[in-house]
Amino acid sequence: MYKAYETSFKGQKLSFSEKFWNISFSYILFIMILGAIGITILYSAANGSWNPWAAKQLMRFGLGFAVMIVLIFIDLRWFLRYAYWFYFAVLGLLIAVEIGGHIGMGAQRWINLGFMKLQPSELMKIALVLALARYFNSSTLQSIETIKGVIIPSLMVVFPVFLVMIQPDLGTAIMLLLTAGAMFFAVGVQLWKFVALICSAVAAMPIAWHFLHNYQKNRVLTFLDPERDPLGAGYHIIQSKIALGSGGIFGKGFLNGTQSHLNFLPEKHTDFIFTMLSEEFGMIGGVIVIALNVLIIGYSYFFALRSTSYFGKLMAVGLASSYFLYVIINISMVLGMLPVVGVPLPLISYGGTVIMSVMAGFGIILAVNVNRTINIGKDQG
Amino acid sequence: MNRDNDKGKILISRSMILGGIQLLLLVMIVFRLYYLQVYQADKYKTLADENRISTRLLVPARGIIYDRHGNILAGNRQNFQAMMIPEQTTSINDTLSAFKRIMPLSAEEEKRIRKDIKRNRSFVPIKVKDNLSWEQATQILLNSPDLPGIMIDEGLSRYYPYGNIMAHVIGYVSSVSDKDEKDDPLLEMPGFKIGKSGIERLFEKELRGKAGNVKLEVNAYGRIMKEIELIEGVPGDRIDLSLDVRLQKKAYELLGEESGAVVMMKVDTGEVLAFASAPSFDPNMFAKGLSVDNWRSLSEDEKKPLLNKAVSGLYSPGSTFKMIVGLAALESGLLKSHKHTTCNGKMMLGNHTFHCWKKDGHGTINLVQALQHSCDIFFYETAQKIGIAKIAAMARRFGLGAKTNIGIENEKDGLIPDAEWKKKRFGESWQLGETIISGIGQGYILTTPVQLAVMVSRIANGGQEVVPTFRKISDDNKPHFDNLGISLQNIDMVKQGMYEVVNVAGGTAMGARFDFNGQQMAGKTGSAQVKRISMRERQTGVIKQEDLPWKYRDHALFVAFAPFNNPKYGVAVLVEHGRSGSKVAAPIAGQMLLEALKLDATDKPVD
Repeated sequence: MYKAYETSFKGQKLSFSEKFWNISFSYILFIMILGAIGITILYSAANGSWNPWAAKQLMRFGLGFAVMIVLIFIDLRWFLRYAYWFYFAVLGLLIAVEIGGHIGMGAQRWINLGFMKLQPSELMKIALVLALARYFNSSTLQSIETIKGVIIPSLMVVFPVFLVMIQPDLGTAIMLLLTAGAMFFAVGVQLWKFVALICSAVAAMPIAWHFLHNYQKNRVLTFLDPERDPLGAGYHIIQSKIALGSGGIFGKGFLNGTQSHLNFLPEKHTDFIFTMLSEEFGMIGGVIVIALNVLIIGYSYFFALRSTSYFGKLMAVGLASSYFLYVIINISMVLGMLPVVGVPLPLISYGGTVIMSVMAGFGIILAVNVNRTINIGKDQG
Repeated sequence: MNRDNDKGKILISRSMILGGIQLLLLVMIVFRLYYLQVYQADKYKTLADENRISTRLLVPARGIIYDRHGNILAGNRQNFQAMMIPEQTTSINDTLSAFKRIMPLSAEEEKRIRKDIKRNRSFVPIKVKDNLSWEQATQILLNSPDLPGIMIDEGLSRYYPYGNIMAHVIGYVSSVSDKDEKDDPLLEMPGFKIGKSGIERLFEKELRGKAGNVKLEVNAYGRIMKEIELIEGVPGDRIDLSLDVRLQKKAYELLGEESGAVVMMKVDTGEVLAFASAPSFDPNMFAKGLSVDNWRSLSEDEKKPLLNKAVSGLYSPGSTFKMIVGLAALESGLLKSHKHTTCNGKMMLGNHTFHCWKKDGHGTINLVQALQHSCDIFFYETAQKIGIAKIAAMARRFGLGAKTNIGIENEKDGLIPDAEWKKKRFGESWQLGETIISGIGQGYILTTPVQLAVMVSRIANGGQEVVPTFRKISDDNKPHFDNLGISLQNIDMVKQGMYEVVNVAGGTAMGARFDFNGQQMAGKTGSAQVKRISMRERQTGVIKQEDLPWKYRDHALFVAFAPFNNPKYGVAVLVEHGRSGSKVAAPIAGQMLLEALKLDATDKPVD
């Protein structure tokens, strides 16, 4: 199997051992530490029990880890070749969930595969990065700098964002949009275009507001003024800040978070897991998690810059940005700096598809590093 | 190719900018963490504690009220409640029907229970039945295997072992109402009861005690997770009253079915020994919660069981006022001690005739004899001679016309009229005829039984300004009272008159006479007209009191003290519509004083 596709590429080939010794083991270590922290918090969230979350999370982490390892050894050109195929397949899945998906949490987001629930919007985070990387790899700077040159990639962004938005999954839609934005910026789209886009978005805001669901409107309003409804929508943010603040520098100790164990903190195992961590392990725990994420994102950029191929660089930048957005949106949200939009903290929050998608992303980033010497032409793919 | 190079360079520079911004934003998160977790930590720690800690008040035991010999007049009884925790039942219906087999539940009770279950979370205990006796509680506990989810809660409820006979003096406790001052968090507690009348109200602050509290850790749904801290409260103070249960009992025995009041006090200290108002009611009904029917029958009774007649009942003192008139005259110097007056049964003033109660008159009579026979003409003339101002002043010195401030609610001032009062009240000038009828305690004059008890005690103790109190006074703590400054000689003369009322042939209360080891009582009868006797009646013959409807009959009064030689006890008796002071009120006063003297001879004397 390995040999089968390797022979199909022309030019440089890396042997298995070359690839293996080029793997960044420190990067993998950071990921494992974060995963371990996540499982620890989930164990505490269940009042000191492996069930119902910690054990399952460990299994999913293992599965995601395996996916990551497999991806590391895949030749970068393979990603290039199948980028569009993958993109359209995931777009098809998004349409499929829209037509007849499983209903959960008031939003149609899943395809039930039997052993797990597949969330196509998570896959789209990778598919979109791959597709955009391929597109910009083959376009010239000249075309990128024209309006015409960004119309096609813009459409590639708009379709999935629209489909995810109507699911409705505002958090993922925003993440897709911002990830794409980061990539458009990286490839050299002029700043005035961003400014123009932001201006027209602000102008269109009242119309967009009209299309938001009531609960989404509430979340935005509540973010602007949490005291607006202290027992209703504002409750989450207020209780999260109380939990965090009361944790202090050193925290209340493992299994001792009162806000989380007495259930004042909602969604403590998913979106608000950072709050629970900061309540029990204090600012120190929070800073450690942020530091590990700084290292992972920093390394990702370092891999991007080190790669010789444009495609590899752009893919790593896109995936790193996507991961960064998870982290920054989730933490800002629980710290009361952003509205509660339902973005988990990857590697730590309980949830299967997110782990799979970020681990796949790490696998590709690691593959970019492993394949850093591989040259990929503009017209390849 | 060059452009391709530029394309790669732009990607590198833009990526560095992008990465830089992203890492910077992550670092900024740390500042936010610092702000929340260090700078504002105290604020949020407080909020977190407020979230998790629920403080509940612990109700202190109410102070016990004792009589002067340590008999409990108001105590606390264990009160059992059957509670149900819905989540601990296997089926709410099964548990309820099993409960009903042991103890019936009315349809209303069951409806309330089901409503409470629906309204509360399933771990909140719901009251199934309260006011259970110990026997009922044990019966439920014995059947507990059939009653999953049922538990017994104990609390304290107030009880009054002597019931009716103490109701008007001890009062009762009841739920806090909106009108009550909420100066204590305890008052905000549902089900908490405070003294609403009598001693319970008077000594509320001392009896209440201080609330303890328990700090509990609760979760977001209010479920109790553990106890954090327990601070015991301070039980209320015990109150030792001056009352003597035996005399109190005697007073109610003597009043029987009558409507009236008995107030007995020690003439030296003012300690109230008996304080009765009849008919009475069972204060335990109030402590438990009174039914509408009970309330209606109490409030609509013509004998007014809820009215404390000893302090709130206003009555003309009638002839018991004659001592005041006599003293006022003697003190003014306008009446010489042996001055005689002739009573021929009536006295003319202008075209108005004033009658003596004795149609044929008493003949020649002096003050002592006038008191003994209760001659009206003598006091008409005396009053006419000295004027209303002197009478009113003397009456006030003896405690009439003003609240005694004994501490029982709704005490009335009574009324000692004078010219100034009449001008103010009616805008009319005072008439001599009004002075004359004031001389026999009729007219505008109104007094309460407790005022009359104070009056007779002040006469008995030789003019000491004794004040009534419900507190037991120990021997080494005797209060000092001012002297009213009335000549002892004059007081002794009035006392002599009172002695002869009871102990010398011809006295109006000879029937109530006793001699216990050489000790006698002295007293004065009084009858207060409720209905004016008309001219026609005088001519056709006054209708006998017995033939009048109850509510038109005269009030019967008697004030007395004993022993005559060394006065210790003063008593005032009022029997509403009792017709005759000498036949109805005097025997009650006599029996009361005799009982006190007899008790003095026992091992638990009144003293």
